[in-house]
Amino acid sequence: MINIPATLKISLRALRVNKMRSALTMLGIIIGVGAVIAMLAVGTGASAKISQQISSIGSNLIIILPGSTTSGGLRMGMGSQPTLTRDDADAILKECPAVQEVAPVLNGAAQIVYGNQNWSTGVYGTTPGMLNIREWPLSSGRPFTDQDVRSATKVCLVGQTVVENLFGSIDPEGKVIRIKKVPFTVIGVLERKGQSPQGQDQDDTIYIPVTTAQKKIFGTTFPGMVRTIMVKGKSMEDLDDAERQVKELLRQRHRLGPKQDNDFTVRNLTQIMQVAEQSTKVMTLLLGAIASVSLLVGGIGIMNIMLVSVTERTREIGIRMAVGAKTWDIRLQFIIEALTLSLIGGIIGIIAGVSGSKIISAVAEWPTIVSILSIFLAFGFSGFVGIFFGFYPAYKASLLNPIDALRYE
Amino acid sequence: MALIETADISKVYELGETSVHALDGVSVAIEKGEFVAVMGPSGSGKSTFMNVLGCLDQPTNGRYLLDGIDVGGLNRDELATIRNAKIGFIFQMFNLLPRTSALENVELPMLYNNILSGERKRRALTALKTLGLEGREHHNPNQLSGGQQQRVAIARALVNDAPLILADEPTGNLDTKTSIEIMDLLVRLNRESHMTIVLVTHEPDIAAHSGRIIRFLDGRVVRDERKKPAEEKSAITG
Repeated sequence: MINIPATLKISLRALRVNKMRSALTMLGIIIGVGAVIAMLAVGTGASAKISQQISSIGSNLIIILPGSTTSGGLRMGMGSQPTLTRDDADAILKECPAVQEVAPVLNGAAQIVYGNQNWSTGVYGTTPGMLNIREWPLSSGRPFTDQDVRSATKVCLVGQTVVENLFGSIDPEGKVIRIKKVPFTVIGVLERKGQSPQGQDQDDTIYIPVTTAQKKIFGTTFPGMVRTIMVKGKSMEDLDDAERQVKELLRQRHRLGPKQDNDFTVRNLTQIMQVAEQSTKVMTLLLGAIASVSLLVGGIGIMNIMLVSVTERTREIGIRMAVGAKTWDIRLQFIIEALTLSLIGGIIGIIAGVSGSKIISAVAEWPTIVSILSIFLAFGFSGFVGIFFGFYPAYKASLLNPIDALRYE
Repeated sequence: MALIETADISKVYELGETSVHALDGVSVAIEKGEFVAVMGPSGSGKSTFMNVLGCLDQPTNGRYLLDGIDVGGLNRDELATIRNAKIGFIFQMFNLLPRTSALENVELPMLYNNILSGERKRRALTALKTLGLEGREHHNPNQLSGGQQQRVAIARALVNDAPLILADEPTGNLDTKTSIEIMDLLVRLNRESHMTIVLVTHEPDIAAHSGRIIRFLDGRVVRDERKKPAEEKSAITG
């Protein structure tokens, strides 16, 4: 049996005797733990921001764009050939089992007027499914319905930026605005959504029924034409299936032969974002790993000082052995000493790391999140460092020959 | 039964080609309650003999029984346990822990045999009081005189009720007056508490306090004489 409280007391005394040395040794661990926590906080903050942006565009999202055209050897850009229709959208919803919701979109910029205020914004003609796809609730009013779409009513939902610029403090509900001189009744207001991953203001938006957009605002080159089709998969796992099913269906509907290229493009937005999130996670790990190196260096500092301490206290070790200290009594004494150094350093390091990340947040305006896990991880790691780097000096001390140790000058 | 019984012990150090016989067939029996002085010139083997007696070293050959226990073949930790329970050491250099109070120095042996902290303190205070160190409990060794330091060391040797005290030139670093005080103390411990004391010394004056003198030369016992055997308490065993 080993007397832990007494051993702890011995260790603390030894650390108190050499205050400066103990403080400097701890500094290595403080910097290491602080760096690990701060770096993980920076990385976690970044990936949390990306996650939040992913959910702001809607989850499990696929966007279908019209394809490029080749006319007389001149290849036009993507979307130059209007090939998608509302019927395509309806067919996708009906025939692709992995798809949960579909919304065709015909959009463009338009000047809007209310009273003596005017504003230019993105007007999106779509179907009621859009709000579900974008996971975008209303802050007031009601969404438009399939009935509104069928009869191409002149109703609209407005985003927060539009409300601010056009209405100021007036309640927009029930007011009539003019979009390209066509009067629309505001039936609902969208909740604030913030910036898109690309930095666009998503609240600078007006939603109207897609039929109204086709007939009254933007016009179409052929009946039922839409610009994009938004598709929501049933789940993240179904997304690849959904993409494949959509591609097959559209090739069939557009009567493309086996040798013809797609006349549309399918973009798996969520996947793109997930890749971004993944890369941020890798970055977090990388930052953490680099910071861990400083913790390792701190650990080597502990080992160094413990070796010095064992040599300096050879006679003390001899005395302890003479009066009956066993191998593990001596080992534990030095391991506890190293552990105390590293754990106190760890605690101060946690405080330093947390305040460091707060400072980074404030100064660099970079979101940082200190996770409880990273605190436990850093603390546990510093404890491990103490035991690992304390063991060799302690082992060395325990192997001393008591006769030689007693004679040591 | 003798407290210490060595049977033909020898200690051989291999120094390159040659081997040095630090002890060469030493057979000594020391009864409980004896006060023995070990004398001899440097290199005579008396220090090696003391190290073997103190279970700090193992003989190369021969048998050593301490309080009936055959010490030969015990491992480091078993030897440490025996030292803790059976032997109190007193050194020439005092060998107190620096920057550690007298009280805690005396408590030291009890850290290694699981005596609870309250009991530890009580026993250490009693031992210090017995040795006239009342009021000095919280002094560090560098605040104490040589004689006081040696008395702290003696308190440390007594605190585990070890039957054997091994003193290696305990007065070697003390002036004459303090030396006499310390020797009187050891004699009193021997007479009144029946402690068995084995003491190494160069000085015949110091050895004169003992009841038996063993002289070493070249690793052998050359003389083993009891003084006034009638007065000695070697008859009391147990």
